[in-house]
Amino acid sequence: MSATLNIPPQFEIVDRPLDTQMTISMGPQHPSTHGVLRLELVLDGEMVVKSTPDIGYLHTGMEKLFEYRKYQQGIVITDRMDYLNPLGNNLAYVMAVEKLLQLEIPERAQTIRVLMCELQRIASHLVWLGTHALDIGAMTVFFYCFREREKILNLIEAASGGRLTPSYFRIGGLMMDLPAGFERRVKQFQDDFLHALGEFHKLVTGNRIFQKRTQGVGYISAEDAIDWGLSGPCLRGSGVELDIRRMNPYTGYENYDFEIVTETDGDVWARYLVRMREMQESHRIVEQALSRLAPGPVKADAPKVVLPDREAMKTHMDALIHHFLIVAEGFDVPAGEVYHPIEASKGELGVYIRSTGGPKPARVHFRGPSFVNLSALPHMSRGAMVADIVAIIGSLDIVLGEIDR
Amino acid sequence: MEAPNNQAGPADNPTISSPEGSAPSPVAAALQREHPECVTEIIEALGETTIIVPRELIVTACAFLKTAPGLEFNFLADLCGFDRGPEEEPRFEVNYHLFSTTRHHRVRLKVVLAEDDIYVPTVSTVWRTADWHERETFDLFGVIFDGHPDLRRILLPDDWQGHALRKDFPLRGYEPYSLE
Repeated sequence: MSATLNIPPQFEIVDRPLDTQMTISMGPQHPSTHGVLRLELVLDGEMVVKSTPDIGYLHTGMEKLFEYRKYQQGIVITDRMDYLNPLGNNLAYVMAVEKLLQLEIPERAQTIRVLMCELQRIASHLVWLGTHALDIGAMTVFFYCFREREKILNLIEAASGGRLTPSYFRIGGLMMDLPAGFERRVKQFQDDFLHALGEFHKLVTGNRIFQKRTQGVGYISAEDAIDWGLSGPCLRGSGVELDIRRMNPYTGYENYDFEIVTETDGDVWARYLVRMREMQESHRIVEQALSRLAPGPVKADAPKVVLPDREAMKTHMDALIHHFLIVAEGFDVPAGEVYHPIEASKGELGVYIRSTGGPKPARVHFRGPSFVNLSALPHMSRGAMVADIVAIIGSLDIVLGEIDR
Repeated sequence: MEAPNNQAGPADNPTISSPEGSAPSPVAAALQREHPECVTEIIEALGETTIIVPRELIVTACAFLKTAPGLEFNFLADLCGFDRGPEEEPRFEVNYHLFSTTRHHRVRLKVVLAEDDIYVPTVSTVWRTADWHERETFDLFGVIFDGHPDLRRILLPDDWQGHALRKDFPLRGYEPYSLE
């Protein structure tokens, strides 16, 4: 290493053998940092005096890339941000573009969006539960969670063709309608899932070791949680009743009956309970969405924006022209700026799009919930034990793909 | 800068109107009533309110919006920069997206900055969550937030040259990055 490499003062490892304080680096390959998070921990014995997250190992310049791609090409980039909740990312992005275009989305497409997003939320929470329990030492839960998640991924694959990168929601509607027999398969999953959720509760909730490891750990008060910008289950675990699906409803969530789950303790255990009960609420929303699925179009009536059906493209001249123009040149989006927030599985996912006209955005910014939730980690982990850090990171449910973008 | 029109408003809202002539949101009206110097322009578009605030008054405006009864913007949802392009003057923008956890309304504040004077006071004293957002904006746009407790790069390496989200920064960078 060259001598000119400038190490910033906060990363300088100070070696003072007579001091009781020690600085250690946790990550970026530590298995319980959920990806490539590095923490600079200053320890006094086993107590954390200071923790400094170091992020950016997965930075791939996605926000820059958006500016060089057409609007419809941006959808596939969003899949790769929060890779545990790609449909949520798709939704936030396409809804922001639709707001700029002022498109009306058909009823059936909106219901399917709710259905798929809630399934995705359950899948995302299942990964959280599996890895969180694994971090704390309960290995079995992981396999049970991934078994259930696999069923959801199969459903998503059946609808979109992709398991982890569906790109199912398109500007103006959906890629295509649900395949035949999809509703029956969702019903089958729905029937099994409550039993599986009961199994998770049996495995984890009543587990004394798990309770001891999580209760009273990583406390954050409601005021601090708001001040630090926490959102989603992390905020609701501190007793703040806030859910964007209810407060700023989108894609028809105002018509669904669900409870905003809150817990008042503000610790890892509270956030655990919130997510567990949220899965049950998502299950209820899926149930309602299924009962509302009525036949109808899944694409908006906007021939200059939405790709025509294959059949129409092969038989109608104007459909062929629109298809060619959308693919080759894209579509113009009027100048303006929007910020569209949705309730993703991890919290408020906001998309800021700035258009100056033309087929490419001037700026796309993602307010990732993981990014903001992680910024509160130093506050929550002060005075905790080293082993508790693992529990706290698990309870924040971070995805580095979204933090680093 | 266009001054708010004081005469042409509808009868129930006589004092101000946005430049487009429609009635401004109650949030913008309240800010204009209490701190008229904080409002350069009010833009109502696509159901969203944007208030352009002079740079040196951004902390005053934010502190007022956070604490004023009936507004209570206690949650900074997002903060992000924007580069209008090297030929534009002023070139840079910083957008603040505010949200209230009690009233559930939103507003966007905007500060415009010239390239040769790219400083803006930090709002991390108002909301602590601004800390990382401002570091990100500094990292990717080079906006310097005066008074920020720990302003250093967050996503890119500390020895990175340039600011990646500026329009004149090439998509693939100037040269392959190496740790050597």
